[in-house]
Amino acid sequence: MARFTRRNFLKLSGGGAVAAKTGGMAAILASGRAPAFAQSSAVHWLRWVDFVPASDEVMRKEIVPECQKALGMTLKFETINANDIQARTTAAIQSGSGPDVICGVNNWPQLYAESVVDVSDLAEEIGKAQEGFYTVSRAVASDGKKWIGVPWCIVGAQIAYRKSWFEEIGLNKFPETWEEYRDAGKKLKAKGRPIGQTLGHTFGDAPTYAYPYLWSWGGKEVEADGKTVVLDSKATVDSVKFMTGFWKDAHDEGGFAWDDTNNNRAFLSGTISSTLNGASIYIEAKRKPDAYQTEKGTPLWQDILHAPLPKGIAGQYSYHLPMSNMLMGYSKNQQAAKEFLRWITSKDVFQIWFNSQQGYTIGATTVWEKDPVWGKDPVMLPYRSAARNARFAGFAGPPDRKAAEVLSKYIIIDMYAKAAQGMPAEEAVKWAHEEVKKIHT
Amino acid sequence: MAISYAVRERAYAGVPRRGPVTRLLEDERWLGALLLLPTAFLLALFIAYPFVKGVLLSVTDARVGVPGTFVGLQNFIALAHDSIFREATFLYTAVTTVFKLALGLWLALLLNRHFPGKALTRAFVLLPFIIPTVLSTFAWKWMFDPTFSVINWTLYKLAIIDSRINWLGDPQLAMISIIIVNVWRGVPFYAISLLAGLQTISPELQEAAAIDGARPWQRFWHVTWPLLLPVTMVVVLFSVIQTFADFQLVYVLTGGGPANATHLFATYAYQIGVGTGLLSEGAAVSLAMFPALLVVVIVQLLYIRRVEIH
Repeated sequence: MARFTRRNFLKLSGGGAVAAKTGGMAAILASGRAPAFAQSSAVHWLRWVDFVPASDEVMRKEIVPECQKALGMTLKFETINANDIQARTTAAIQSGSGPDVICGVNNWPQLYAESVVDVSDLAEEIGKAQEGFYTVSRAVASDGKKWIGVPWCIVGAQIAYRKSWFEEIGLNKFPETWEEYRDAGKKLKAKGRPIGQTLGHTFGDAPTYAYPYLWSWGGKEVEADGKTVVLDSKATVDSVKFMTGFWKDAHDEGGFAWDDTNNNRAFLSGTISSTLNGASIYIEAKRKPDAYQTEKGTPLWQDILHAPLPKGIAGQYSYHLPMSNMLMGYSKNQQAAKEFLRWITSKDVFQIWFNSQQGYTIGATTVWEKDPVWGKDPVMLPYRSAARNARFAGFAGPPDRKAAEVLSKYIIIDMYAKAAQGMPAEEAVKWAHEEVKKIHT
Repeated sequence: MAISYAVRERAYAGVPRRGPVTRLLEDERWLGALLLLPTAFLLALFIAYPFVKGVLLSVTDARVGVPGTFVGLQNFIALAHDSIFREATFLYTAVTTVFKLALGLWLALLLNRHFPGKALTRAFVLLPFIIPTVLSTFAWKWMFDPTFSVINWTLYKLAIIDSRINWLGDPQLAMISIIIVNVWRGVPFYAISLLAGLQTISPELQEAAAIDGARPWQRFWHVTWPLLLPVTMVVVLFSVIQTFADFQLVYVLTGGGPANATHLFATYAYQIGVGTGLLSEGAAVSLAMFPALLVVVIVQLLYIRRVEIH
């Protein structure tokens, strides 16, 4: 799309003012809305605290002033812990006031579909201009008829592991199957270097690990109709049974209480050998080579490699964390907020932010796979096209509101956690099945 | 009443031109009601309205952004089959109350003695109660951290343990952890309240008992304890209500985890209602607290009335 310059903006808004003048009060009243830009020139945008701190810096120091220059809008950029965004969204919707734009993770937009503005025109426009959205971005941000969010990016999830530690147990490449991974993890845990993974209530690492694991065994929440709950199957029970032993043999058992930050800290401090994560561990280690070192005193980042989750008997799957910007229905600033979204998601502006992410996020559109960032560091390459084959919560059904509810209640994750804590596998699966069923009926 | 009214009328008989409003306000019943209005308004706004709103929400299928339709008691029926939130709150309240009372009483008895630096010690004892719960709980969260727990580190260095204690990751230990923090936070309240109670007990009674040959334990059991009982009852009941409806401590420390093992009514209601956006179900969970708390409040009121009468 055309770059939205200050000049263009002035022309447009000036035109609007003229139109309002010529139409008089009657025209304004007929439109049911005050002239958009006249209402307020501030847009409030809520996002998570980025796992790449440099990106929040870029937002505050470059994009916020740039927004003022290009659009004449004051961008109020607010960041909070990702696990608090859902609560904040609910509170904002119920009270009818809050951020104009909220950047949601996973399929959260589905939960708030009735309270957001239809942004189909904008999303289609951006998709067309940037060579199309990934299926996962489209699926979580649209309800089949309209777009309920503008896809923003996808946080790629890959396993970060310690090359030298895996070599020490005789592995020159990352295990390809869950059995191999378990064997490796067992040897590593015996040396005090377990696999570290969360099975706690947290938005990112927990579902991106538990869901693909379930799928790779052939388990799924519902059939493709999105209604028939089929979680309680032999495949699921097998996956839970395997997890029980796998957890005990190979994992750091503190993982039950971890959120998305714990594995980063544990990996960086050298207490775990491997963890599914965005690339934030690697990026942080590379940023501070003196602070994060191996036991041999070499920079830690040189000992980190990335690999996809292992294969199961039903295949190899992945779940990457999509993010979408929801334009909130209560916003009194919708027109301005939409212009802001058009601007920030446009290629030139997004590029500034994308560069700062250093590959931690993949764009929501495929055009970003061609970005030079991927040529800079081969260790980051596994993230580049990871989102192409991603599945999403709710499989084999759509990632709709019900799937979002299952995810927000952490039912699949709790199923594994309960079993790993000693509940018989069949019982844990039955519990989860009933919980999922309650949501789908 | 009628007589006093008549008397007052006569006393004012000489005052000319009193408007109807003034006349109305001279009536104690109207004036009383008027003076109560601000309080009644505040109570209605901040207590009655949210409560009624909660009740109304709980009998609908409202979700975030969707008002919902009336579904009767469906949410409560669903809750009756919910395995998550049943025992934890009761266990948490019962265990913490026993410990807080025992430790608080002990501390109060110690603080009631004369020793150098008494005032300073008493002030310090209150610290856990004064620090905002969220802040102190974050400190505890770090102490219980799965990887970097300073408690584990110390025990390990002292060669007491050889592997990490999974404070927040193990369901039982997580419950114990939140209990420890609640007791730590609650003891000062008990101690200071009971200390205030102890100071109202005349030392002469203790001295008389001592002269009669009562041993310290007998003096405590037959003199101090019965006299302290009214204060103790009020403190305990007040604390039970607080603990039963606890939220921030558990929310910060475990978030109800691992796998819902430490969800209290309030944290579960928050996760369902505010997190997932199922407002009606969340309201039903928090209202499920109501009958239990009602019993506590009734007992408290009856007891206080009995004490007042005596």
